[in-house]
Amino acid sequence: MKVHLKLPVLATASAGLFGLAIVLAFFYAPTDADQGLSQRIFYFHVPLALTAYVCFGWGAWKALRYLRTRDERADLESYVAIHQGTIFGALTLLTGSIWARISWGVWWSWSEDQLVLFLVLFLFYCAYFMLRYSLDPGPARANMCAVYALFGVVLIPVSFLAIRLSKQFIHPVVFNSHGPQMTGAQFLTFCVSLLAMLSLFATLYAIELAGKRLDRSLRELRELLA
Amino acid sequence: MSQSEKYTAAAYLVVFLAVLVYVVIIGSKLQRLQREVEQLVELAKEKRADG
Repeated sequence: MKVHLKLPVLATASAGLFGLAIVLAFFYAPTDADQGLSQRIFYFHVPLALTAYVCFGWGAWKALRYLRTRDERADLESYVAIHQGTIFGALTLLTGSIWARISWGVWWSWSEDQLVLFLVLFLFYCAYFMLRYSLDPGPARANMCAVYALFGVVLIPVSFLAIRLSKQFIHPVVFNSHGPQMTGAQFLTFCVSLLAMLSLFATLYAIELAGKRLDRSLRELRELLA
Repeated sequence: MSQSEKYTAAAYLVVFLAVLVYVVIIGSKLQRLQREVEQLVELAKEKRADG
């Protein structure tokens, strides 16, 4: 069964969840004993990273659907999801960099596998746009972009598991085999923040997709009237 | 304001600024689409007048 949420409902839910996430992060979740206030960056930084993974995964799923059905809508949906993923990815890198500066004293650490692999994933998907805009629109471009998007999805589990495979432990491990290493209040705040971020993705995805579809329809109308 | 407070505020502001920039971009795109629709309406009216 397909569920189609209306855009105003999505936008309202997103705004409400964001407000709630901020209230919980600053007034409900306890202050971390080691890092103090800056640990609260976690409530935006990690959900941003997870949402970026979801965007890229969704883009790959739509790419797979395109390859199976040759439906142009799936190609457009894949492109929009990947575009959103790069936005969330850029924000992950920015917030992570700010957090690293206050926690580790550096903006970036090349010795951290987690950071470097996320950067590789981000740059890989940035290159997707170079590929897309270097080709003329049509089935050939859609095919190549779909295959590229599917290749990129392989990097997601590698990037996600990198911290567990890494021998260096500057980057904190919050979720391990024993579950989330945080208090109930912190975990609740994290879950609300993650929901807020996912609803933001759903809202922006719906807005951008509606814009692209409208653009395409207007182009067709212009051609018909010409 | 302590260093920790400044950096935490900066991290949250970055996200809000990004959303704001996105809204501005979408807003400008909406204006462009509105202009295009108006042009197409004019074109359709001209076609109709020409018979």
